[in-house]
Amino acid sequence: MSEENILETRKLVKEFRGFVAVSDVSLQVRRGHIHALIGPNGAGKTTVFNLLTKFLQPTSGQILFKGHDITTERPAQIARRGIVRSFQISATFPHLTVLENVRVALQRQLGTSFHFWKSERTLDRLNDRAMELLRTVNLEEFADTVTVELPYGRKRVLEIATTLAMDPELMLLDEPTQGMGHEDVDRVTQLIKKVSANRTVLMVEHNMNVVATIADTISVLQRGQVIAEGPYGVVSKNPQVLEAYMGSAETELQGAHG
Amino acid sequence: MAAVIQAVGTTAGGAETRALRLAFLAMVAIIAIAPLAVYPIFLMKVMCFALFACAFNLLIGFGGLLSFGHAMFFGMGGYVAAYSAKEWGVTPELAVLLATACTAVLAWVAGLLAIRRQGIYFAMITLALAQMVFFFCLQAPFTGGEDGIQSVPRGKLFGVVDLADNRAMYVFVAAIFLGGFLLIWRIVHSPFGQVLKAIRENEPRAISLGYDTDRYKLVAFILSGTLSGLAGGTKSLVFQLASLTDVHWSMSGEVVLMTLVGGLGTLFGPVVGAAVIVTMQNYLAQLGAWVTVVQGAIFVVCVLAFRRGIVGELGALFKGRKLR
Repeated sequence: MSEENILETRKLVKEFRGFVAVSDVSLQVRRGHIHALIGPNGAGKTTVFNLLTKFLQPTSGQILFKGHDITTERPAQIARRGIVRSFQISATFPHLTVLENVRVALQRQLGTSFHFWKSERTLDRLNDRAMELLRTVNLEEFADTVTVELPYGRKRVLEIATTLAMDPELMLLDEPTQGMGHEDVDRVTQLIKKVSANRTVLMVEHNMNVVATIADTISVLQRGQVIAEGPYGVVSKNPQVLEAYMGSAETELQGAHG
Repeated sequence: MAAVIQAVGTTAGGAETRALRLAFLAMVAIIAIAPLAVYPIFLMKVMCFALFACAFNLLIGFGGLLSFGHAMFFGMGGYVAAYSAKEWGVTPELAVLLATACTAVLAWVAGLLAIRRQGIYFAMITLALAQMVFFFCLQAPFTGGEDGIQSVPRGKLFGVVDLADNRAMYVFVAAIFLGGFLLIWRIVHSPFGQVLKAIRENEPRAISLGYDTDRYKLVAFILSGTLSGLAGGTKSLVFQLASLTDVHWSMSGEVVLMTLVGGLGTLFGPVVGAAVIVTMQNYLAQLGAWVTVVQGAIFVVCVLAFRRGIVGELGALFKGRKLR
């Protein structure tokens, strides 16, 4: 395995009672890249994510992170190794404040997370770092807001801030721009570009404009299989991909799903 | 259920902390003054149940886990305290400590089995385990079966203060209750409490941040069970009796009722809920079997009209006014 690949899967298979959701997927994610996973609905993108973070157990195949076989590890262990994911539906802690959302992610490194006899004020020393992260995503003015009151787009941005708090080597983003208006989409796209410095991003994304703008490599999934891989310019002209998206190889792929 | 928990379980801001401190002082004052006007045994009963409900609430209100078997801790605590005080003649503080230690072990074992599942399955496993404990208590020789353990001596605190005197006993119970309450308050606002709330809010997200959520839930379960055992042990010394009532499944239901009526996920809700329910049972006792009907009606009204419970609704009212 080459040093360049931070994450590699080998013949990853996931079956649900005979239904093959992911079939022989061998991905190589290059260190420092933004790698997009695209494909029509039901192609198995989210399943791949769940396999990589061990929220699902693969039926067969191997997952290697920085050359270590992590196929048998638990989800929390994977996170501690530096692979941190976001979720398709916005994953915040709705009734904690925005600051606390980020702080929960920072808190584990203090090693006091089981200390039920200590005051939560011992966590205040993390506030500066948490504010810094909120500043990165322009949420500092909302620090004391209870998260449930944030507009949807900002919740997704908070999610990215929380993920960043873990300082992950590999960030997995599951449809970060899903359900957003144009302005929010642009903002999040730029944000992803910005935070991808010094780390690797693997993202599931429907929005072709986003993918075209920031992704270095694209893998196209259809019916659980990778049917094409490469930079946007190559993948978007691949006849198999066009057929998967448009039902015919005639039209050129243009901003599918808006 | 989850919606209700989330609706009330917000974190404390500065004003809220001050309000809580004031409420705590008021509670201490009430505990100090009330025995002048009200029968002390009744007050001690309220405090024991209040601590039980607070311990239960720690698990569901802040951990999001609905246990339907908490009677096993409450009842077992009672048996251990009663037995050790009566048969071994240990001092009351030791009897209560033993009860607490035994329920901690019981909670650890029960927790290991139960937290593997979520939601209704978690509730069912705790119920099943509690039923096993009930039948154990029914059959085991040391519990006295249907008779229970009667005329338990209250003994002398630290071998000095005679607790047969109701006033001394009252101070003892008040100290245990307030100590337990403060501990729960601290747990809720500790680094551990933060993680626990995060798990309640969104468990997959907490996992993806590197937390082994099962271990946190287990610790919460043990803390909750242990404090329930403390409450049960204390109660058996107050009434000088440990019986099957306290380990019966209906006791598990009662503590749910107390917590819901008072306010799930609020610090003071379970105390108020326990006071309301125990008062009803006491003063409506002449209605006989109708007490249950009245209780049921109140429960229905609570769930329909003020889902956040008495304290939860008051808190929301207070917050709403401030916002305006």
